[in-house]
Amino acid sequence: MDFDHTDEQRALRDAVRGLLSKTYATIDGRREATAGDPGFDEGMWSRLAEMGVLGLPFPEEAGGMGAGPVEVGLVAEEMGRVLAPEPFVEAVVLCGGLLARAGADVSGIAEGVVLPAYVGGPGVAARCDGDRWVLDGSVSPVLNGARADLLVVVAEAGGTPALFTTAQGERTSFSTYDGGRAARVTFDGTAAEPLGDPTADATGTIEYARARARVAYAHEALGAMERALEMTRDHLRDRHQFGKPLSAFQNLAFRASDMYVSLELARSTVLWASMVLADGDEAEGIEAASRAKLRAAESGRHIGQEAIQLHGGIGLTMEYQVGHYAMRLTTIEHLLGDRRHHLARLAAAVGGHRTVDPLR
Amino acid sequence: MKLRLSPEDAAFRAELREFFTTQVPRHIRDTVAAREDLTKEQMVESMRTLDAAGIAVPNWPVEWGGKDWTPLQRHIWHEEMRAACVPPPITFNASMVGPVIAAFGSQQVKERFLPATRNAGIWWSQGFSEPDAGSDLAALRTSAVRDGDHYVVNGQKTWTSYAQYGDWIFTLVRTDPDAPRKQAGISFLLIDMTTPGVTVRPIRLIDGGSLVNEVFFQDVRVPADNLVGQENHGWHYAKFLLGNERAGIAGVGGTKWLLAEAKTWAGDRLREDPLLAADFARLENDLLAIELTSIRVAAESSDGKAQPASSVLKLAGSELQQAVTELVLNLAGEQGLSSDPAAGAPAWTRPAAPSYLHLRAASIYGGSNEVQRQIIAGTILGL
Ligand SMILES: Cc1cc2nc3c(=O)[nH]c(=O)nc-3n(C[C@H](O)[C@H](O)[C@H](O)COP(=O)(O)OP(=O)(O)OC[C@H]3O[C@@H](n4cnc5c(N)ncnc54)[C@H](O)[C@@H]3O)c2cc1C
Repeated sequence: MDFDHTDEQRALRDAVRGLLSKTYATIDGRREATAGDPGFDEGMWSRLAEMGVLGLPFPEEAGGMGAGPVEVGLVAEEMGRVLAPEPFVEAVVLCGGLLARAGADVSGIAEGVVLPAYVGGPGVAARCDGDRWVLDGSVSPVLNGARADLLVVVAEAGGTPALFTTAQGERTSFSTYDGGRAARVTFDGTAAEPLGDPTADATGTIEYARARARVAYAHEALGAMERALEMTRDHLRDRHQFGKPLSAFQNLAFRASDMYVSLELARSTVLWASMVLADGDEAEGIEAASRAKLRAAESGRHIGQEAIQLHGGIGLTMEYQVGHYAMRLTTIEHLLGDRRHHLARLAAAVGGHRTVDPLR
Repeated sequence: MKLRLSPEDAAFRAELREFFTTQVPRHIRDTVAAREDLTKEQMVESMRTLDAAGIAVPNWPVEWGGKDWTPLQRHIWHEEMRAACVPPPITFNASMVGPVIAAFGSQQVKERFLPATRNAGIWWSQGFSEPDAGSDLAALRTSAVRDGDHYVVNGQKTWTSYAQYGDWIFTLVRTDPDAPRKQAGISFLLIDMTTPGVTVRPIRLIDGGSLVNEVFFQDVRVPADNLVGQENHGWHYAKFLLGNERAGIAGVGGTKWLLAEAKTWAGDRLREDPLLAADFARLENDLLAIELTSIRVAAESSDGKAQPASSVLKLAGSELQQAVTELVLNLAGEQGLSSDPAAGAPAWTRPAAPSYLHLRAASIYGGSNEVQRQIIAGTILGL
């Protein structure tokens, strides 16, 4: 077992880091990009497409790069480090993942000309209306729902979930607390295309795609945690009170040490989960994703909260960057299942195995 | 990045698993599994079994019986041993004094002590801590004054684990009270515990045992040949000793075994009590994170550099050990009130309270967790 990235993977990371730093070197970049609709930088989205990042996980035949979860994780981590608001995980990993798996055309996503959004239910039902399928119901929040060119919808069809796509649906846009955009999407006899067999239970397909997105989010959180700790460390060195740097107060230095422990534990689990996705079977991948998401949520909350506390008042300002990291970490914690959700899943299964063995 | 062990490492692991579960005497592994105290004879027998197979001290130089293993292989060795309830080689011998002698001892000291240290012909005790020198170890006062070809040692050590079994004790003693820095006047001296003037007094602990002792030295005459390395360089050797043991520092194998056993003890409660199941799930996820981190640290230390990240393992690993013994104590509940078989409680509940109490020490010894936080803050974060 080894946790080292290959030279190619490192080159990808450097390229993505270089590109992102053009716009997001400081928090002003994010602030500007999220000030107006659609809540991210369309120019950056196109440049990510040119670099091949938006087609990263798709097969080469489908216009993608044929890369795996480890590479996806690298990109997500870089986005997390600078809080890039582009919807990489939602559009590429989750929606793109579902579409690619169903054999649908994902070239538009890879090229950056089609932006999909995931409508994850519950609350949407599908029915046959003559020879076509239509959707009814309403879901909120749908991340980037208003801007999306295509909706990838989980709808109940005959008692089990099935997947559909549609470009229709009424969208009401709103802002999220971390600066993003989401929408309330309403369907009312809205025509939709089935993705795969609408009479078959798509639970497994959906769960697996969500697992890949969960691990990508966990990587994004990891990048954000790492930066939040770096900023906190710098602040402890630079800020003086009582005639000395804050770092001279052992209580504060120790709390930073505990943040580091949290970060490293999260890093191990999250890297491992992307390796399991790359190399294990689907059931293993789904479980590993829950483990990584739980760990990222716990470490993310710890690091986000302590980063603010150790910064003092400035940590709470929109003007200063560290609060934005805490906001993003909080958001990620609640996407695709929060701590409690994943802990409950793992708890329900805990009696079914004697130990968890990561070494295979 | 690779998830799977290489075929060689997988075979290596299978071989060790086979050895540990079949070649180490059953009565020893059963004692560990019952979480009862091992006798000195059992610990020695176990170490000799490992030594006979050439795997008691893989961390030593090959010429003195070590193995040319990768850090990952050493990790596997340690975790498999714990998983099979095999007591690890006596740490004072295998991880502490042995490597110091091998690295800094004269040829004569090496030849005299290393073989007996490897096969537990000598039981070593560690005489570092003193009543006024705990975390601030360099404040130690036990003195060694040169008198001809002997040192005359006076002073007191404390918290000396298993000194009641000790044949020899390796000590830090003050040889130059006038050194400009207190670290500069310390030497590393080996003392035969049967020498006149050495007295051992047990200390009773809250776990009910008396594993630790006070050791008194009154005009103890120690041959000057028993000095390791150079006079007044002892602090350097002590730092080497304390920083050198990485394999198994997180105690993952033992914790994993205990958590798995605890599931059996929990029985139906695991299904009926969702909060209990959540406790298990959370601890299991913490354990996973620590195990993966220890594999990462092992892999990253292959270049032989000191790994400050091992402080993460000491910190997180000891807290997890404590949390798991706490879970077991909670499972035992009222049944765990006594270790006395007369109480008629299930056997697994008897060690619950003693081991919970005993493990409170895990965050104190081996460099307390506060000391580890200091290392992370200073060395890693640069604070
Ligand atoms: C079961 C057991 C077995 C042991 N076996 C041995 C042995 O075989 N040989 C041996 O030599 N020693 C042994 N020790 C001693 C052990 O190494 C010491 O207990 C340890 O170094 C801590 O020293 P202390 O107990 O004097 O605590 P102190 O150093 O007095 O510390 C008290 C508390 O203050 C904290 N603290 C101290 N200094 C600082 C600081 N600068 N910043 C922040 N916090 C600080 C500590 O972390 C601790 O929480 C053993 C201890 C135990 C409990």
